[in-house]
Amino acid sequence: MDVLANSRVMDMAIDIKGDYNDSMDIIERYPREKRYTLAILQDIQRKYDFIPREVMVLMSDYLGMPISDIYSMATFYKALSLKPKGKYIIKLCNGTACHIRGSESIREELETILNISPGETTEDGLFSIEVVNCIGACALAPVMLINEKYYGGLTEEKVKAIIDGIKEGHR
Amino acid sequence: MNDIYDEKMEILVCCGTGCLANNSYRVYERFKEILGEESEVAVKPLIKATGCNGLCEKGPVVKILPKEIAYFKVLPDDVDDIVEKTVLKGEIVDRLLYFDVNERKRIVSHKDASFYKHQHKIALRNIGEIDPLCIGDYLKRDGYRALAKALFEMTPDQVIGEVERSGLRGRGGAGFPTGRKWNICSTYESFPKYVVCNGDEGDPGAFMDRSIMEGDPHTVIEGMIICGYAIGSNRGFLYIRDEYDLALKNMQAAIDNAREFGYLGSNILESSFEFDLEIVRGGGAFVCGESSALMASIEGNIGEPRAKYIRSVEKGLWDKPTVLNNVETWANIPPIIINGAEWFNKIGIEGNSGTKVFSLVGKVKNTGLVEVPMGTKLNELVYQIGGGIIRDRPFKAVQTGGPSGGCIPKEYMDISLDFESLDKIGSMMGSGGVIVMDDTTCMVEVARYYMEFLSEESCGKCTTCREGINTMLKILENITIGEGQLDDIDLLLQLGETIKEASLCALGKTAPNPVLTTIRYFRHEYLEHIKEKRCSAGVCKDLTTYYIDSELCTGCGLCSRRCPVAAIDGKLKEPHIIDRDICTKCGNCFTVCPRNAVKVGGANYEC
Repeated sequence: MDVLANSRVMDMAIDIKGDYNDSMDIIERYPREKRYTLAILQDIQRKYDFIPREVMVLMSDYLGMPISDIYSMATFYKALSLKPKGKYIIKLCNGTACHIRGSESIREELETILNISPGETTEDGLFSIEVVNCIGACALAPVMLINEKYYGGLTEEKVKAIIDGIKEGHR
Repeated sequence: MNDIYDEKMEILVCCGTGCLANNSYRVYERFKEILGEESEVAVKPLIKATGCNGLCEKGPVVKILPKEIAYFKVLPDDVDDIVEKTVLKGEIVDRLLYFDVNERKRIVSHKDASFYKHQHKIALRNIGEIDPLCIGDYLKRDGYRALAKALFEMTPDQVIGEVERSGLRGRGGAGFPTGRKWNICSTYESFPKYVVCNGDEGDPGAFMDRSIMEGDPHTVIEGMIICGYAIGSNRGFLYIRDEYDLALKNMQAAIDNAREFGYLGSNILESSFEFDLEIVRGGGAFVCGESSALMASIEGNIGEPRAKYIRSVEKGLWDKPTVLNNVETWANIPPIIINGAEWFNKIGIEGNSGTKVFSLVGKVKNTGLVEVPMGTKLNELVYQIGGGIIRDRPFKAVQTGGPSGGCIPKEYMDISLDFESLDKIGSMMGSGGVIVMDDTTCMVEVARYYMEFLSEESCGKCTTCREGINTMLKILENITIGEGQLDDIDLLLQLGETIKEASLCALGKTAPNPVLTTIRYFRHEYLEHIKEKRCSAGVCKDLTTYYIDSELCTGCGLCSRRCPVAAIDGKLKEPHIIDRDICTKCGNCFTVCPRNAVKVGGANYEC
């Protein structure tokens, strides 16, 4: 399974390879100082939805830092990912308030509907599930974020309707 | 002309994160559409998008000034009604008023509601009242007056003295006296010095910092400039969670605005003092809320804490003297400078002056942000302001202080909310998250939840924290699935003590608290899980069966209608039965039953 997942990752990486030239534009927006590493990585993550190895090489050149240091940043911070993510990134909040108001059963429902586990992306590249710590919208618990939009007061039925709605818009 | 045509009429639409999620921006736009420049309506009130009003549960919130009418749960479709009745005729739309659960009536002005009237707002004073993107709104409410006072009427030492005398303590968790921190930093003759704002709010269940940055960004900026003047620093950083989109946006806009108006940059207010600010986006690591990890992250390293033999006031960011305070602390500085230390000292209790913002969440009726004087009793917070437990279920515990804090049982409901009292019973203030739990919350599972959280967030530097937390998590997992052993409890206590002793930073040193306090106050729940294989809260599914007490059941059929898998059978007005082979233990029937006839049994319960 892992091998398959990896080969899919490789395919996707190759698909967008042509775009990496743009990444220099992002990198060069910042001075050549170590303290901008995280900011550059975040902008890269935003553009490609993951941190491609090729871009880490470019950054290492630009900042004069070993690529291992950049790799260690990319793996330490949760906001960064080495794997491509889906078009819709579902961030399910598992802060304490959400947890005690039943976020666990929302997670199970999402897993059942999409047939993936947290950290994975659906075959069609449409959805990824991430379980995140408190997103600071506790009054809406249980809550999830899909891309930039908040969905609060979730129940199993609501979750299904939301996902179906997004799928519908893509047919 | 009727006074409702008063030109000063303002419509404030709450656009904090909670309300935005419930479509408040559409409400704001709808008001603009109907009452904007182009419209034919005779009244042209000022329409503003404000920050969070606190009572997020009842959002979107719309306030109409100067009459102080507050509407809750306003939908875009309600706007036409509000314009027609309230804006044009001065009438009140009853159905949108706040329903006070304590007094059992509808209330016109939110200020009379029990959720608000027991509050004392200092850090949150402007939020919900101003448009955070409009510096003019901030200036109208004494904005940057404290800065002018500090620059032109006070020496740096006097500023530090004022903050010291106010007794203000760090609102981020540890409660270190802010003035003393500034004082120590000012004594080091090493330059440049830095001022840092910790906006990496990560405690699950706490969102006051987010709300301040979104709703009143200038107060944070003003506090930081004043500190810069006091300690002799020209440079500051705001470290803000990357997930906080709106906070980042509003904070950046406020910085740009402040620069434009001469409050930031060189020659501030023509005083020859220079200070500027820069935002650094966090990377989503909980440990970066720890001061030395946060500074490492600003420098462009991974966020690992260091041993603090030398404090960061001496050698912090890039080994230079640094003052780091949390968002809420900064928000307290301008009022202290304007009103003086004595004023601040009169609020709260001795040794704990001022107010604290709590985020009251979980199984409580009025969820939201609450600012009360230090020393307020816990039961006032939960019952008077919070309105009690959802569905009036029995109260079980309150968790404070996030993953470093502990669970407080009912016996301590009259405890005073201050740094020392909370420490004494094994919990802590932390950043002010107050998570209310009822009888359907399992304390063993809550402890497991925090260990899971911390095992993911431990940076991995110290063995005790990295391996110890993981081991505690495995033991707790076993208990929640019915494989616990009696000596597990002792083992958890031993592990907890070791992790506390041998870890470097506050994350590890406080990590075992949720487990230690739940064992201390809820040992019977651990024993119930281990010996009886039963979870009376119905949370640990392997240790739960639901059954219906045939003597209590009236056969109303509500449970069977709400069952997602059709596991409940029975004729109307006759006792129902749950088929255990089909039941998925979702607990819907348990929560909806009006007679409490659905009961929780253990794994081996026989009907």
